[in-house]
Amino acid sequence: MQSFSEIDTTSKRASKAAGFAWGIAEEIGKNMRNLEMFGLPGVKNLNLYLHKIKQNPTEKPKKIEKENKPHSKEFCPIYCGTTFLDNCKKLETLKSIKFFNVSYPLLFLPFLSRTSDIIGKKISLQYEGNNFLLNFDKTIFSKNMKSDEIIPLAKEVSIEFLENNNSFSAQEWKELYKLSEETFVEETESLKTKGAGAGLTDND
Amino acid sequence: MNKPNIKLRDPSVVMKLSRLGSFHQSKLSFLRSFIREFKQWNYKRNLFDLDKNGYGTAIYSFEKNGRNYSLVCFAQHIELHERSDRVIATKWDAAFVLHDGVPTKKDIDRLRDNVPKQEIGRVSYKELTLSRANKSVRAFEHVVESLSQGRQPDKDLLSKVGYLYRTTAVYGSGKFGLADRFRIKDRKEICGPFRLEMMLVYLVRQFTFDQVNHIAKSKNPNKAIKLDEDIARNLGIGNSTGLGMAPFIVNHPTLLHNWIYCREKALKEIRSIENVYIDDFNLFKDCFDKSKSSINTWLTDSQFQINKIESLKSDLSKFTQYQESDCSTKINYLWNQIYIWVEKNLGEECIEYIVSMMMEPYDKIVDPLINNMSSEEEKYFNIPAHRKVSDLKIIIENNYKSIVEIDFKKKNSTANFWFISKNKEEPRVANRYEESGSELEQPLAIARDTKLLYEKVLKAKQTDTVAEFLLNNDNVRHVVRRAFIVEQFPYSEIQDNTISATLVPIDMLRLKLSFFGAVKFDPRSDKWLRINMYQGAPLPHEMKLSNDTWVYNSLH
Repeated sequence: MQSFSEIDTTSKRASKAAGFAWGIAEEIGKNMRNLEMFGLPGVKNLNLYLHKIKQNPTEKPKKIEKENKPHSKEFCPIYCGTTFLDNCKKLETLKSIKFFNVSYPLLFLPFLSRTSDIIGKKISLQYEGNNFLLNFDKTIFSKNMKSDEIIPLAKEVSIEFLENNNSFSAQEWKELYKLSEETFVEETESLKTKGAGAGLTDND
Repeated sequence: MNKPNIKLRDPSVVMKLSRLGSFHQSKLSFLRSFIREFKQWNYKRNLFDLDKNGYGTAIYSFEKNGRNYSLVCFAQHIELHERSDRVIATKWDAAFVLHDGVPTKKDIDRLRDNVPKQEIGRVSYKELTLSRANKSVRAFEHVVESLSQGRQPDKDLLSKVGYLYRTTAVYGSGKFGLADRFRIKDRKEICGPFRLEMMLVYLVRQFTFDQVNHIAKSKNPNKAIKLDEDIARNLGIGNSTGLGMAPFIVNHPTLLHNWIYCREKALKEIRSIENVYIDDFNLFKDCFDKSKSSINTWLTDSQFQINKIESLKSDLSKFTQYQESDCSTKINYLWNQIYIWVEKNLGEECIEYIVSMMMEPYDKIVDPLINNMSSEEEKYFNIPAHRKVSDLKIIIENNYKSIVEIDFKKKNSTANFWFISKNKEEPRVANRYEESGSELEQPLAIARDTKLLYEKVLKAKQTDTVAEFLLNNDNVRHVVRRAFIVEQFPYSEIQDNTISATLVPIDMLRLKLSFFGAVKFDPRSDKWLRINMYQGAPLPHEMKLSNDTWVYNSLH
C-alpha cells in the first residue's frame, strides 16, 4: 500500500511534469492525499487526466461567475479549483454556482472541500447523478458514487453553499433539551448561597 | 544596571546559511531530549538470533504502559566491494526498521524480505522508521579481534572513528510505505520532534555493541571478553548524510521556524536573567571545559572544516580568557553581557557554540520548548488569497530584505540548480551552465523566485486581491504561499541564495544535524558529510539514572 505521503509527492511531481507550475502542483499533491484519505479515487482520476491533457489541453477559467461555460474546450478541474479556492470568500455570496463541461470533475472536489473549511459552511456538489456533501474538509458524504466509475466529463457541475442551519426543528431541540435537564440538581436555599462559592454579597 | 531591551535575534542574521551552518548541538537537540523523555521506558532485547559471524535477526524494544516500539535488525554478509556509504548503494551490512508494537512471526518474515532491500522493498503502515548501516570496518574488526583475544580495544583508534557502524539514511513519515505521520502524531510520547528516528538510532547503537560481543565470543569462546562499558558508552553511531536533508529544511518552513524560534526564545530568556546563580554559572563552565576536549577529538580531512575548527579553537581560547577575567555572577544580566561580547568579538562558529552552552543550566527554560519543535504544517498551506497585493509587497519587503537586493541577472547568482536524480530519486545540486537538466529544476531556488514575485508585485495593481494576482501568475504561487507563512513564522526562510555560485550545501545539512544533536561534523565534500550521534550517551540499562550532560563525556 502506498502511504499518503507518497501519493502527495508523486502526484505533485507528475502534475509538474504534465505542465502545471510548482505552486499548482503542490495543491494537487495535497488534494490527492485528501481524496484518497476520504476513500475517493483521486490517483486514478489524476493519472487519466494528466495523460489526457498532453493530447487535449483544457481551459482555465478567467474568472468565476454564477454560471461558467468554457469558450472552446473543456474546463480544467484543477484551474477551476484553484480559482474557486482563491476567490472563495467572494464566491460565497453567490450562494450557488454552475460550471459546464468540466473535465474529470472529481479533481475539482478537494478544492471545494477545502473551501468548506475556510468559509465555515457545508457545500453541496452535484454532477452526472453524483451527490456530495462536503463537511468542512473533515468528512465527505457521497450518494450514488461508484468508486470504480470514472467520470471523464461533467456536462454540468452544481455547487451550493449551505447555510449553517440546524438539521432539526425547534420542537425537537426543546424535547432533547428537556431530557438533558434531568441531569441538573434542583437548588435548595442552602445550595443557592453556597453552591457557586461566592459570598452573600458581590459588591466588595 | 537598567533592564536591557533584549529582543529575539533578527532572522536576517540568524537565517544566513553561514550562521545556520555554524550551529552546534544543544540541550534542545532531539537525541538529548529523546533520552530525557524515554529514560523511564522499559528497554528489552527480545530476540538475538545471530550466527557465529554475526548475521541474522535481532529485536530490541522500548515499552511503557502497554505501548511498545520494536527495532527489528537484519545483519547480513556483504562483500568488501559492495560496501558504500553513498545513498546509491544497494546492499548494507545491516538494515533496521522500527515496528509499531510487537512484531509477529509473519511480520518478521515480511520485514526480512523487504527491509534489507531498503528503497526497493516495501514496508507497511505498521512500520515507523527505516534505516541501514555499514560497519566501520577498521573499528569493527579491531574491536572483534581485540575482544576475542581477551583484551579491550585501543581507545585511541576508537576515538578517531567514534563508532562501529555508520547509518546512511534514516527514513520516516510515509517513505517506502512507512506509516504516515497523521497515524501517530497524537501520541503523547512522540510529541517531540523526530522521536522515532532518534529511538531507531539509539537502539541500533546497542545492536552494534551486542553484535561485536557476540562475534568475539563465537570466535574464541574461552578467551573472549565483553566490550568495556566505558568504551561502549563513548562510541556513538556514525551517519553519512548527503543532500537529501537540504530540501527538507526548505520544504518544511513552519517546522524550520519552530526549531530556530525555540533556540532563539531560549537565548532571549537566558539573556534576560538578571541574577545568575553561581551553581548555574558553574554548570556552564563545567560543560564548556569538558566540551573543549571533544573539540580536540574532532577530526576531519576537510580543509573547510579544519579552518572552522581552528577558528573555533582560537575563539574558545579568547572566550576562556574573557570569562576568567570579566565574568562574575555579581554582574547583573551576566548572560546578556557575555552574549554581546561574544557577538562582537568571535566568529559565527564560536558564537553559536557559546549560545548552545548557555542553555546547559536551564532545564526550566529549555524543557517546555521541546514540545513546540514539531509542526502541524497542513494548517498553513492555504493561501489567504483575499488579502491585497499591497500586503504581499509589505511582507516581502519586511521579510526578504537581503533577498530582494540580489541581482539574479548575474550568472553567479543562478550558478546552481537542484534536481532529483532518476536512478535514486534523491536530491542533487549541479552547475546550471555546465550540466544538462536545469529545465527539470526543483522549486528550491526560493530567493530567486521570491525576487521574481517581488518584481511582479511591484508591477501589479496594489489594490487587487492576491486571488486576482494569482490568476495570471501561476509560476510564483509556491512563493506566494511561503510569503504568507514567513509573515507568521519569521524564521521559516533561509535568508540566502540557495543556487548561488558560493553555495555550500553542507551548511544546510549541518543546520538540521545540529538540531538532531550530531557532533563531529566531518565534511567529505561540499555535498556530504559524516557525523556522530549518541557518543557518550548512557547505555540502555543506565538510561533511568542518566543525567543530561552525557554529551560532554569523552574517551579522553
